[in-house]
Amino acid sequence: MKTIKMINISRRNAIALMLGTAGYIMSSGIAFAGKEQVLKRIDEITKGKGAKELDIFLDLPEIAENGNQVKVNFEIESEMTEENYVKNVYILADGNPAPDVAKFSFTPDMGMCSATTRIRLSKTQNVVLVAENNKNEYFMTKSKVKVTIGGCGG
Amino acid sequence: MSKVKPRGKVPKKAAIDEVIEIKTLIRHPMHSGRMKDKDGKNIPRQIINSFKVDFEGKEIFKMKLEPSISTNPYIAFPYKAKKTGTFNFEWKDDSGNTYTMKRKMTVS
Repeated sequence: MKTIKMINISRRNAIALMLGTAGYIMSSGIAFAGKEQVLKRIDEITKGKGAKELDIFLDLPEIAENGNQVKVNFEIESEMTEENYVKNVYILADGNPAPDVAKFSFTPDMGMCSATTRIRLSKTQNVVLVAENNKNEYFMTKSKVKVTIGGCGG
Repeated sequence: MSKVKPRGKVPKKAAIDEVIEIKTLIRHPMHSGRMKDKDGKNIPRQIINSFKVDFEGKEIFKMKLEPSISTNPYIAFPYKAKKTGTFNFEWKDDSGNTYTMKRKMTVS
């Protein structure tokens, strides 16, 4: 109990402090990934090649009443043979604190390329799917979800 | 972490070349590291970060999970039945805990 520093807070300082804290909360609490970060991730995933927009079946609700449990289902047409199959599927979101949501790794043994899971969405945003096949070709699609009550504890 | 409990649904029987659906669910809070407890303290990040499925020792499917996956992660995926055997499911969390489950399937 030797080194207690007393800080004199004047009214002016207090206001400055409050504003500063508010600003900090605003910037830290509502820090979302944003479209740029998602584009950056797509660039990283595709190693700069970019992904071709394709009509992939990505099933998401148009309006999610509860952002804590949003069902995602996708199905990609593929032969799923050793010569031709979908290797990885990435799910990204531009309105969550981090762009990455999940990465699925498929094998030809599955016979079909589809999966279902439940995700958190903190606000209305775009969910992006990037698929990679065994020939290192990339495809993507996106879907907008309106969120009434956000997830992520935000 | 006694609350963590994996569950899975795999058809007991399947025909050759039939594409079956496997459904799994694990009870886990999936603390994203952004939520606060009743006292306003941050709950540290604690999530299931990976999921892996083997059939007779061969990896068939895996998934990397991020904090944006909901509480009690639910994962469903297909599998083309070829032969009778056992599925091995494995979940891993941030503390390095592993949760496993086995399911048998008869193919005729």
